[in-house]
Amino acid sequence: MSDVKDFASPIRPTWCPGCGNHAIWNAVKRALVQAGLAPHQVVLVSGIGCGSKLPDYTRANGIMTLHGRTLPVASGVRLANHGLRVVCTHGDGDGYAEGLGHMLHAARRNIGLVDIVQDNRIYGLTKGQYSPTSDQGRVSKTSPWGAIELPVNPLALTLAAGGTFVARAFSGDLPHLVDMIVRALQHRGYALIDVLQPCVTFNRVNSYDYYQPRVYKLQDEPGYDPGDRSAAFQRAQEWGERIPIGIFYQVEDRPAYEERMPALQAGPLVRRPPEKLRREQVEKLQAGLL
Amino acid sequence: MPSNDLTIRIGGEAGMGLESSGAGFVKALVRGGLHVFGLPDYHSRIRGGHNFFSVRIADHPLYSHSEAIHLLLALDLETVRRHTDYLVEGGAVVYDAQDELPAELRRPGIGFFPVPLTALAQEHGGSATMRNTLVLGVAAGLIGFDPAPMESVIRDNFARKGQEVVEANLRVSDAGVQAGRAFAADFPFRAPVAPAHPPRLVLNGNQAFAMGALAGGCRFVCGYPMTPGSPVLEWMVAHAADYGAVTLQVEDEIAALNMAVGAAYAGVRALTATSGGGFSLMVEALGLAGMTETPVVIYEAQRPGPSTGLATRTEQGDLLFVLHASQGDFPRIVLAPGTIEQSFEAGWRAFNLAERYQCPVIVLSDHFLANCLRDVDAQALDFEAVTIDRGELLSESQLDALTEEYRRHAYTDSGISPRALPGHPQALVLTTSDEHDELGHIVEDAQTRRRMMDKRMRKLEAAVQEMRPPTLYGPAQAEVTFVAWGSTYGPLREAVDRLNGQGTAANMLHITDVWPFPAEPAAERLKAATRLVAVEGNATAQMAALLRQTTGVAIAEHILKYDGRPLSPEFILSHLNHAPRNTQHVREVTP
Repeated sequence: MSDVKDFASPIRPTWCPGCGNHAIWNAVKRALVQAGLAPHQVVLVSGIGCGSKLPDYTRANGIMTLHGRTLPVASGVRLANHGLRVVCTHGDGDGYAEGLGHMLHAARRNIGLVDIVQDNRIYGLTKGQYSPTSDQGRVSKTSPWGAIELPVNPLALTLAAGGTFVARAFSGDLPHLVDMIVRALQHRGYALIDVLQPCVTFNRVNSYDYYQPRVYKLQDEPGYDPGDRSAAFQRAQEWGERIPIGIFYQVEDRPAYEERMPALQAGPLVRRPPEKLRREQVEKLQAGLL
Repeated sequence: MPSNDLTIRIGGEAGMGLESSGAGFVKALVRGGLHVFGLPDYHSRIRGGHNFFSVRIADHPLYSHSEAIHLLLALDLETVRRHTDYLVEGGAVVYDAQDELPAELRRPGIGFFPVPLTALAQEHGGSATMRNTLVLGVAAGLIGFDPAPMESVIRDNFARKGQEVVEANLRVSDAGVQAGRAFAADFPFRAPVAPAHPPRLVLNGNQAFAMGALAGGCRFVCGYPMTPGSPVLEWMVAHAADYGAVTLQVEDEIAALNMAVGAAYAGVRALTATSGGGFSLMVEALGLAGMTETPVVIYEAQRPGPSTGLATRTEQGDLLFVLHASQGDFPRIVLAPGTIEQSFEAGWRAFNLAERYQCPVIVLSDHFLANCLRDVDAQALDFEAVTIDRGELLSESQLDALTEEYRRHAYTDSGISPRALPGHPQALVLTTSDEHDELGHIVEDAQTRRRMMDKRMRKLEAAVQEMRPPTLYGPAQAEVTFVAWGSTYGPLREAVDRLNGQGTAANMLHITDVWPFPAEPAAERLKAATRLVAVEGNATAQMAALLRQTTGVAIAEHILKYDGRPLSPEFILSHLNHAPRNTQHVREVTP
């Protein structure tokens, strides 16, 4: 069994004190331990942004990629070695602006990735521009008259794209966040966890004080069925005085992409190292050209 | 033109099945022991428009098409209108007897053979769509080609569709042969089956590259369809089950290269195939591969740009683009195969280079090479020569024996850091697109930046030693030395042969290994030439610019083609002794 210390890196985070990323980072490590994973069995894939530095601070395999390209790189890793658990951590700019298209296609594929989006509804690393999840009317450096666009609804989009595990968590509720990640790690296909995360420096609106009284857990709602897609859509629209967190939707009867890829039935691709073709294989290829 | 070298062109609308039936005809000719060069010419549309397919046939190996044609198979009058003037004296047009041939389309010295194509196809096959099969039968009848090889190809190609379809096509083909024979006395060119011949293979550059990549252990291919590169993905998909490869069509080229990078990081030989437009979208991920030192292969079959350009045509306009694509400096390797054989070799060699130098490798082809069919000796696709060299990849036992923390980007004299794959308990593999230290952690300090840049760039010092200098074709001493790269090899080889045949000593320096460029040996060879002429399929003589940059040799004369059509021997020869059309490219030769 691994221990949280196994995932501890000597590199210290550069995040602001009070940033939601600290909690997400702790939750990821705890969840990996709870899921029985050791550092070498995990690949942390991120993009670019404050939250995307998480793999730098965590002792595990990791690849910090380009802004917005977390999911395609992670998908390549997963298809090459589905014996590894691939966990993505990236922000709302990465996931929902530059990378929004990739998210929908990852959901369509139902590829076995845990996708944790550190959603602080603002751009932190570039110092305070509005993000795709900023509320309409949000005033920022690049929206001085208030954002004109409607915010992206990642949960509803993922549901529409055929997502099989759609969840939201809050970085201010660590046990619940850990639980969400553990459940996502146990899911066979694509698992999205949108994590509401205060940015203490640039987002004075969506603070801990804003979220604490508003968030409620879907699991506590009498009769809420996470297998009911319509109900999930309905809850995904809810945002205001009450903000739902928890598993909006989960089904386990849809195989993951890698389960349906013929070449992967024999085990991880990387376990079959490249070797020269056998004589009969060469002859077969040549015969096709005669 | 001797009768042992003739060109047949079949033309009609898109959707008439010209390319597939043309390819079948090419196969039949090769089964009959003849040498072929097949050139498809099609528009970016599924129905209508004008498409044609040219098959050059000879009793000696062919490396190029030729502009002169001998027999025109016209499925519509548009074909007669467009191509009759390319016919040689004694050549002929086969057209549908039900079409009324306007008198102004007739030419003296050319035979016009009316054959009831539609009627015969309907009568013998039950469908007018079988005119393509019929008219190729007519061609066989005219050139005295034994129909047996054609029948065998029909049986192979239509077997999937059932015996009835096979029989119908055989009847139609035979009716064509009979109709062709009726006109044979008026047609002077012949291509009879060769008496005894070893079996030969027919394929195009895309197939050759894909096969080479498969032989080289490529087991992950993803891409987004784009002419002319996507047949590589299709070929791999078709063979995925047999060879245990993962293949997928992804949402865009951005995803394609990023996904290939992910797969390569995890340890699989990964490829993506595209054209220039798709490569444009891959540029950022190319830098990611460079920065993370991830071995990945990109196949870029060029078509004319900029932007959408000419979607179904050819050009060599992306050379300097792929050399410079992405921000910053990092090692990359660029190969530009010129023939079927070289395309096959590039397929596996690219993966060895990528893993040896832990960098992206780009294989630059073009529409012409990617699509033209040629026959080669069975041994020409040299599977024996294939090696799989994974470079400094740490084995399980080496990893077991590690005593200190694994450093993915360790400083070494060669610049190559021994590579571990994620999954081993002794070696956590961390890397990033940010500048990083040996462990793969993000850094910003100047000293590490300098050391890490130097480490990466140092890899090119060994890589350039592996790069092949330009190869010489033709006599060592020549009045004129052509300089070419990639697919220009074929047409230029023939131009060189023709010049030597006419008493003008000519040779060619052909470049396949573009980057890192082996400047020293190349300069030596260039400086030995009396008169240098660059021949390229682009508007600005991009290779000449690269040569001047790397060797200091400025090539004064350029023969350039950038109209989307391939260079031909005739084009090269007719432009040889004319002032370059682009005077801005006239340069003094440095001493």
